[in-house]
Amino acid sequence: MGSYIPSTPASRQQMLNAIGMQHAEELFADIPNEMLAGELAIPPGKSELEVRRILQGMEAQNTVFPTIFRGAGAYRHYIPSIVKQVASKETFVTAYTPYQAEVSQGTLQMIFEYQTEICELTGMDVANASVYDGASAAAEATIMCRERARQTVLVAATAHSDTIDTIQTYSDSAGAPVVPIAAENGVINMQALKEALGPEVACLYLQSPNYFGQLEDAKAAAELCHAAGVKLIYGCNPIALGLLQTPAEAGADIAVGEGQPLGMPLSFGGPYLGFMASTKAMMRRLPGRIAGETTDADGKRCYVLTLQAREQHIRREKALSSVCTNQALCALTATVYLAALGPAGLQQVASQCYSKAHYMAAELEKAGFARRYKGEFFHEFVTECPVEPQKLLTALEAKGILGGLAVEGGILWCCTELNTKEEIDTVVQICKREAQA
Amino acid sequence: MKLIFERSRPGHGCDMLPANDVPTLQPAAEYTRQTAPNLPEITEGEISRHYSELERNSRGVNNGFYPLGSCTMKYNPKINDEMAALPGFAELHPLQPPHTVQGALQVMQMAEELLDEITGMDCMTFQPAAGAHGEYTGIAMIKAYHKKRGEGKTRTKMLVPDAAHGTNPASAAMNGYTVVTIPSAPDGGVDVEALRAAAGADTAGLMLTNPNTLGLFEKNICEITQIVHDAGGLNYYDGANLNAIMGIVRPGDMGFDVIHLNLHKTFSTPHGGGGPGSGAVGCKTILAPFLPRPVVAQEGGTLVLSNDIPDSIGKVRSFYGNFLITLRALCYVLTLGQQGIPAAATGAVLNANYLMRKLATPAEIAYNRTCMHEFVLSMKTLKKETGVSALDLAKGLLDYGIHPPTMYFPLIVEEALMFEPTETESIETLAEAAEAFRALVALAHQNPEALHSAPHSTPVRRPDEVGAARNPVLKYDFAR
Ligand SMILES: Cc1ncc(COP(=O)(O)O)c(C=O)c1O
Repeated sequence: MGSYIPSTPASRQQMLNAIGMQHAEELFADIPNEMLAGELAIPPGKSELEVRRILQGMEAQNTVFPTIFRGAGAYRHYIPSIVKQVASKETFVTAYTPYQAEVSQGTLQMIFEYQTEICELTGMDVANASVYDGASAAAEATIMCRERARQTVLVAATAHSDTIDTIQTYSDSAGAPVVPIAAENGVINMQALKEALGPEVACLYLQSPNYFGQLEDAKAAAELCHAAGVKLIYGCNPIALGLLQTPAEAGADIAVGEGQPLGMPLSFGGPYLGFMASTKAMMRRLPGRIAGETTDADGKRCYVLTLQAREQHIRREKALSSVCTNQALCALTATVYLAALGPAGLQQVASQCYSKAHYMAAELEKAGFARRYKGEFFHEFVTECPVEPQKLLTALEAKGILGGLAVEGGILWCCTELNTKEEIDTVVQICKREAQA
Repeated sequence: MKLIFERSRPGHGCDMLPANDVPTLQPAAEYTRQTAPNLPEITEGEISRHYSELERNSRGVNNGFYPLGSCTMKYNPKINDEMAALPGFAELHPLQPPHTVQGALQVMQMAEELLDEITGMDCMTFQPAAGAHGEYTGIAMIKAYHKKRGEGKTRTKMLVPDAAHGTNPASAAMNGYTVVTIPSAPDGGVDVEALRAAAGADTAGLMLTNPNTLGLFEKNICEITQIVHDAGGLNYYDGANLNAIMGIVRPGDMGFDVIHLNLHKTFSTPHGGGGPGSGAVGCKTILAPFLPRPVVAQEGGTLVLSNDIPDSIGKVRSFYGNFLITLRALCYVLTLGQQGIPAAATGAVLNANYLMRKLATPAEIAYNRTCMHEFVLSMKTLKKETGVSALDLAKGLLDYGIHPPTMYFPLIVEEALMFEPTETESIETLAEAAEAFRALVALAHQNPEALHSAPHSTPVRRPDEVGAARNPVLKYDFAR
């Protein structure tokens, strides 16, 4: 049995004596006797080597695809070595939330640097220290926008279904209506948006690039929303922001997104990173931790957790959000990733994602897999699938390739900088073969 | 310390990617950003030095005693991190076909089985990413339960003791509940008569932290849960403090219907400077129909992620939660096992009581009973006599290399200091901390000024928090 307890039987007895007890059972005298659990029906403890073998045994039942053309909310990018090294520094890993600023300047400064980078990426004024993931970030953003007379949340039907579902859950909790804005040709229908806007509407959640990879006309949506007194929440992909219009340029009030592409492995869905940034006007409605600059008793520049009057430990049931622990180590990962790439590197990643996806889309089109939607896209796109999708995906899997995701009406493909031309050509070959078979 | 932006030099950088091997295309100008982001231009060596400096100016469990109450800062075993980094887990896409992720689903299933047994629950979801997220989820499930029974409109109140963590009332309010605060009795437990008076046909449930935030086991716990059940409400267990009782007594046996665990506390997954954590939610069968989608299920001989839960509250985030945190917690439970789990709880409670007795003379114990894994001191007399506050003492501890306890929580104790030593500290560490504390109390009487201005040995001292909030500077100003 593994144990991390340093005390010995002798020191335990010494401690018991010091508190006037004979047996450890006396420590639990407040627990009703009939409630005591007795022996748990779980296996006996194990040595480190046994645990390693068990986990490796389970690991062996998973398949790691050498080549991945699937995104749909989780993206495999190249992760520079320095990112993993920094994010596994023991002090960063084992620290708590930086409540004691005097001994937590490193953690606090990291959050401040992260907030700065998120503001730079999105063009927004203020960012928080992170929330759980992209979907919950979107849901928290809708709470920021809801007011007494404006409760309705509009959600683009073109957003990721997990995000739509999460917004639905959070809105149901508060009794706030959710109205989907219908899609047309892979983007939202502007006429439908126009008709849905009204004095009872709080906000629109719009994702661009959207679930199908298509770019929405966020600027037009923002203008429509603002004319009706409605806030725009812009769901963005942080890698795309190396190249594409920022939420601020589009006129968003809040920018949110899934930060996983910024140096986090796929991890079967988590831990990921929810980033949130807003206009200055909405700063005091942001959930979660925020680090701010100040000076210490000697006038030295330093950082603290700030604007805490928003938070649950002060406001309790009047707080807009209950978030406490967030995703700090993932925020650190993103910060180091962005430093390792720099402005040119991020632009290069975005440009390669864009170029490779467009190359692949054109080649697939030639192979009989036409794009389903017109309009501009980033690194994901939907093609029709002239063969049974499962058959095609199985053929790809046999070559160690995780193909695109089967979605309604076709396949959702994703390219990142990791996909080589050779890999793309191989996929296209297999598609062609399957289509002709 | 310089900010990473202040280390940036034009032209510096790292070379990460090969040249593009397909024709480079550029979206039309209407789609592109107008200005490049100000990201650091910096070499890898400079990055390495920068973060090493930040690390030196941070504080983790690896640096020393960290008795931060309610946070369970125990040692974080390294094998857990190493297993979480195995490519066969870390490189899995969440939307891979089920037959390629059987091992990952086994991890979730096994963790669920073991933690169900430890908590006395029937099912568990790992989707919530932290304790507060678990609270939100569990309360949403309670709400869905009442709605399903046609009582959604009438059961509008959530009972929350005054000693509860701020996340409890906030999570209840996010679910649209009116929070009714239940006072504490003189012994530090829930005031049972006040609870009885508050419980009724409009009660949706009770959120109880046990041991409570004073570190005390609720002696009347079965009576408390019975009162709520008799009124038709459900009982929510805030499991942040499970470290005191795991393997000793099970919430599911004491009348609780739903619980969240902080895997990043009790089950030793590291805190990461404020996450990622996991707020796994366990529940009884009556609440299983309302669990978030999807759940792990058996189909034929294989495991699948099933969305077939018609009454599910839906999703509370993407995919299946912080999977690699679940995996770390599984490693921990496998390591400790049947004897190790209760041994850890016993060790935590013994350490806390030992430290509490050592501090009893220089300070006042807020509620003088046998404590569980943590205890709360009140420094109000010291403050009256010397002007030295709980905050001053906490800052003084920094000069001894000890991370301060949680300050000013729970709110019902004046000048509160909440210590949670955990089971992974030795008697020597506890004795040294007690000595340091004693010395600080003596200093408070001799030279209070020395404590008002403490700490004296840290890189910065007493940051101006008021100024920070009044003039918020929340990002680097590139123009300055
Ligand atoms: C008693 C109690 N409940 C709930 C929470 C919230 O947990 P988390 O920070 O993981 O959201 C905490 C954490 O500080 C706590 O101490």
